[in-house]
Amino acid sequence: MATQGSLKRQQRLGSLFVNGVLILICILWLVPALGVFITSFRQSEDIFGSGWWTVLPHKEDVETGEIMVAESIDVTGPFEIEGITTTFEELRTGVTLEDGRKLTWYGNRRTRRIIISEKEWVGFGANLTLDNYKNVLTGQEIRFKDASGQEIMRKGNDLSSAFLNSLAVAVPATIIPILIAAFCAYGFAWLSFPGRKFFFTVVVALLVVPLQIALVPILQDYTKLNLNGTFLAIWLAHTGFGLPLAIYLLFNYISGLPRETLEAAFIDGASNFTIFTKLILPLSVPALASFAIFQFLWVWNDYLVALVFLGDKNRVVTSALAAIVGEKGQDWHLLTAGAFVSMILPLTVFFALQRFFVRGLMAGSVKG
Amino acid sequence: MAGYQTSRDGPSPFIWLVNGLGRLLAAVFVPIVTFLVLWQGFIFLRDNKAPQIVMVTVAILWGVGGVALLYLVSNWLVEKLPDAMRRAIQPFIFVGPALAILAWYLAIPTLRTLVLSFQDETSRVFVGLDNYVFAFTDRIMLEAFRNNLLWMIFGTGFSVGLGLLIAVLADRSRFENVYKAIIFMPMAISFVGAGVIWKFMYTYKGEGIGINEIGLINAIVLALGGKSQPWLSLPPWNNFFLIVIMVWLQTGYAMVILSSAIKGIPAELLEAARVDGASEVKAFFRITIPYIQGTLLTVITTIIIFSLKLFDIVRVMTGGNNGTNVIANEFYLQRFTYGHTGRASAIAIVLLLAVVPVMIYNLRQFRERRTF
Amino acid sequence: MKRSILIFSLLLMAALLIVACGGQATPTTAPAVATEAPPAKEVPPAEATTAPAPPESAMGAFAASKGMTELANAYGGQYKGTVVTMEGPFTDNDAVKFDASVKAFEDATGIDIQYTGSKEFEASITIKVDGGSPPDIVDFPQPGLLANMVRKGQVVDLGTVIPAAWLQENYSQAWLEMGTMEGITAGIWARANGKSLVWYPKKEFDAAGYTIPQTWEELMALTAEIAADGDAPWCVGIESGAATGWAMTDWIEETMLRTTSLENYDKWVTGALKFDSPEVRNAVKYVTDIWFNDAYVYGGRGAIPTTSFGDAPKPMFEAPPKCWLHKQGNFITTFFPEGLEAGVDYDFFYLPGIDPAYGDPVLGAGDIYAVFNDRPEVRAAIQYFSTGDSVKGWVEAGGAISPHRDASLDWYQDPVSRNVAVILQNATAFRFDGSDLMPGAVGAGSFWKSMTSYVSGSIDLDTALGDIDASWPAQ
Repeated sequence: MATQGSLKRQQRLGSLFVNGVLILICILWLVPALGVFITSFRQSEDIFGSGWWTVLPHKEDVETGEIMVAESIDVTGPFEIEGITTTFEELRTGVTLEDGRKLTWYGNRRTRRIIISEKEWVGFGANLTLDNYKNVLTGQEIRFKDASGQEIMRKGNDLSSAFLNSLAVAVPATIIPILIAAFCAYGFAWLSFPGRKFFFTVVVALLVVPLQIALVPILQDYTKLNLNGTFLAIWLAHTGFGLPLAIYLLFNYISGLPRETLEAAFIDGASNFTIFTKLILPLSVPALASFAIFQFLWVWNDYLVALVFLGDKNRVVTSALAAIVGEKGQDWHLLTAGAFVSMILPLTVFFALQRFFVRGLMAGSVKG
Repeated sequence: MAGYQTSRDGPSPFIWLVNGLGRLLAAVFVPIVTFLVLWQGFIFLRDNKAPQIVMVTVAILWGVGGVALLYLVSNWLVEKLPDAMRRAIQPFIFVGPALAILAWYLAIPTLRTLVLSFQDETSRVFVGLDNYVFAFTDRIMLEAFRNNLLWMIFGTGFSVGLGLLIAVLADRSRFENVYKAIIFMPMAISFVGAGVIWKFMYTYKGEGIGINEIGLINAIVLALGGKSQPWLSLPPWNNFFLIVIMVWLQTGYAMVILSSAIKGIPAELLEAARVDGASEVKAFFRITIPYIQGTLLTVITTIIIFSLKLFDIVRVMTGGNNGTNVIANEFYLQRFTYGHTGRASAIAIVLLLAVVPVMIYNLRQFRERRTF
Repeated sequence: MKRSILIFSLLLMAALLIVACGGQATPTTAPAVATEAPPAKEVPPAEATTAPAPPESAMGAFAASKGMTELANAYGGQYKGTVVTMEGPFTDNDAVKFDASVKAFEDATGIDIQYTGSKEFEASITIKVDGGSPPDIVDFPQPGLLANMVRKGQVVDLGTVIPAAWLQENYSQAWLEMGTMEGITAGIWARANGKSLVWYPKKEFDAAGYTIPQTWEELMALTAEIAADGDAPWCVGIESGAATGWAMTDWIEETMLRTTSLENYDKWVTGALKFDSPEVRNAVKYVTDIWFNDAYVYGGRGAIPTTSFGDAPKPMFEAPPKCWLHKQGNFITTFFPEGLEAGVDYDFFYLPGIDPAYGDPVLGAGDIYAVFNDRPEVRAAIQYFSTGDSVKGWVEAGGAISPHRDASLDWYQDPVSRNVAVILQNATAFRFDGSDLMPGAVGAGSFWKSMTSYVSGSIDLDTALGDIDASWPAQ
């Protein structure tokens, strides 16, 4: 009994340690994002004026009155005010009186204005707004005047149709390379054919090729094939650029599957195709799911490939966002809101596929 | 597998004849129909202006169904061939499409880049090794090499290390999914978004009366009584501040893959070790690590390659100034901003050469695991 | 097993076939632009006197009288239903104003101008041009990138599209020279930017009793005066993502123009005068005398490379102002906080000359339009862009200055932009932004980067100037 009790205590301690470390890391991970999340609800002027943490309750100097310094007083040297002798320089950084009031010089030496302030609690949620999200989702209102002085209002770009386009790009551009790569990885791992090593080396080497070098030749080919601006064009492009990683990851997984199971299937007289579809694919679900997540994310967040091959006709989320935040990326309040809106779907995909990463899924099917 | 057996039952001569003819017809007919169907789908997608939602649905069906169909039909054809021929051709049914796409999209452009790397900026005159001389002697390039080494060592080390730690620990926690989702979250953010997030961490507004720091790190430093710093213009430390961003982004990747490998460790193995009285740390090194060795190598390889190709973070955060330039950023600048195709191509080839050792190590490992 | 696969695949095929046929049944309209556009016809040279189609509008008659055949034809309705694709860096706000300003043209001619703005403009346009699929007209915010393409022979010579006489009539010599690259008229200027402007918060500035400086000495005296009053005189910020540093190069160009001859400036821009020369060092010193004095710059020297150029002027409009002077082109007003009124809340003065021997030069920049596909409707569109009428709507909406001579000062709705236009029109010595004219590797590369690293103190001036000289492409 005693040993079991200590074992339990040990387990509890272990679990405390495990969760403690994980919570610490998670906090480190969350803080940067939290800052942006809060910022996405702030007004653009506030963003540059104060840190995002100022929306949390804190003590702040609140103006309670002001003093005008008479013209007769020389403020270039020490002078007397509210019963203390001080200087302009000291007042600029703020002088706290004995009764807790704080004197701060307003502006430069010429204003002759001193603000009296006291520390007060400032509550949560000051100056938060949903406008940033509204502007991102429905398009920013752009106002200008025409020659007759009439104000014209137009809606800028919005995200709704871009979401559909991004889906149309991302779903096939995720599934197609997985399918092709799974076949290929099986071929590399379990079939023998001349040039196997050579081809595999080439595949791994292609991992490092920056896709930017491929854009021009591919565009030339697409121009000849009249493929520019089609969904097919961009699926194939993402397939091409995603394949090396897909093959490499899946090869590693599929080649590591227990040899005996497969050999048994071969002896049963199953064809390669049957083994692949009935055995390999189900067994590889965790690997397939994890690659699916990455490929989906990569395609979803891609800007350049979509810009080049799909163009503006079918605007995707990233290019719609880029347009919203302005030519010089100056609209941080919209950028932050947009970043969170565009994160929703990738996170959903992650949650949807996460259930494939559970223990026993693999072991179970091997036995079955 | 029962259905499979029946088709091999000995047929009567008549049936054999009909079957053979039918097979021949089907062998010709099926690929043609497949091709036509796919072609029609392609034409539809290229030219049509149907409502967006219809287009999207058709696109997804056609794209995914089409690829599946191509494999089904070609495999069906090959299975009809005599055994020896089938065995020779079948592997190429499996690897062929992938290799063809890779050749078109990456291999041929790479060869073309190799040629371009010996030419000048207009890609008309051959200049010998000039571009490579630039790549290995220019001050900025040398700086970029040093930085890439930092990225490779520290970026990869921390991403994989933390990813592994989280994967192992989370495996023992009831809140596994919550932790994993949080660590994974940065991966879902676009680079532009990540850039903004980290600008809010590192921003420096300078010193002076009435200046409020809006960057968290400087605010913390000030609150602790220190002096605020322009973190991103402090060489060489700014490289490490940028690497932190990569770790933040990439740990999720390492974690997801390693976690799926850890899930593959048979529970009995770990159970057995625990019953034998091995401590958790011992079990980790004796069972977990050897078991996921292959996956670990995969993750390390891909993150090293990622850190070599990386340029978005640098481009967004510092533009490569103040000693933070990396090779891929210089490639991008030379190619698109300076219009010097030759130098850009040489840099891309240098990148390719830089992974050769990693590849060799990978192949050796595969051989040891008897997969080759 | 096998049969089930076969049945499945047949079913799938059938399904796809139905979908595909269904697709064919729906009317397929609007075919791809590129395929349908008629091949470039043998168009008579612009100078030739072949009679154009009878123009139906005043604009048409005007175009015909200036020899712009295609533009006259366009107003005659000959290119109705055609599409001209355009690409450039402006998005959202600017893109909307651009669309509004070309609407009159689209309505009158039936030509549809489809504009695409993108943020990775440099990369996407290089890829599309090299990839053989360029848009018809491209708007370059910097002529350096265009020069790269001219060198590769990818650009249509506008000398064969727009009559030379008309260009001479409607543009000043300086603009024309800057549109000429490698001996061809590579592009025409559609929007201008005045750069030698110092912005200040007018209301507070007047209330404090400061006066507008007329000379460099007065400017320095004002700087010292503001500093003595306890504030930072200058707002400076040069951060701009991958383009960080361009604001610094603007400053150096200003002091170059004011401390040395125009000949030297031109020599410097073409690479004949080295960066590591007494002239350039002297110009840099005038800038750093202000910038490296922590009392003169808001936030101090260290904040300059980390402050975004767009955020830099914002402290001027806080209450009370935290800094008072900001040198930047006229486009910066877009970045000012919303709700400020031009001429009331803010105004500008001309950055005074330093050495009277070099007069009062003006630094400018602009957007240059180049043509990549030679089709009649594209010719009509680019001819249209050579008239002030093409930016009228934009000028009226605010945010654009017209470089065309036939643009009227009455179009400017606020006095501030009108004054910028006046300064540009009256400049005795007008010079174009030097970094924009230098080769991309220098003007959009080492010049920006080295100067940024110099300002943040990670390299010294010798290294910076040496790096820039070394990066200059072999002639």
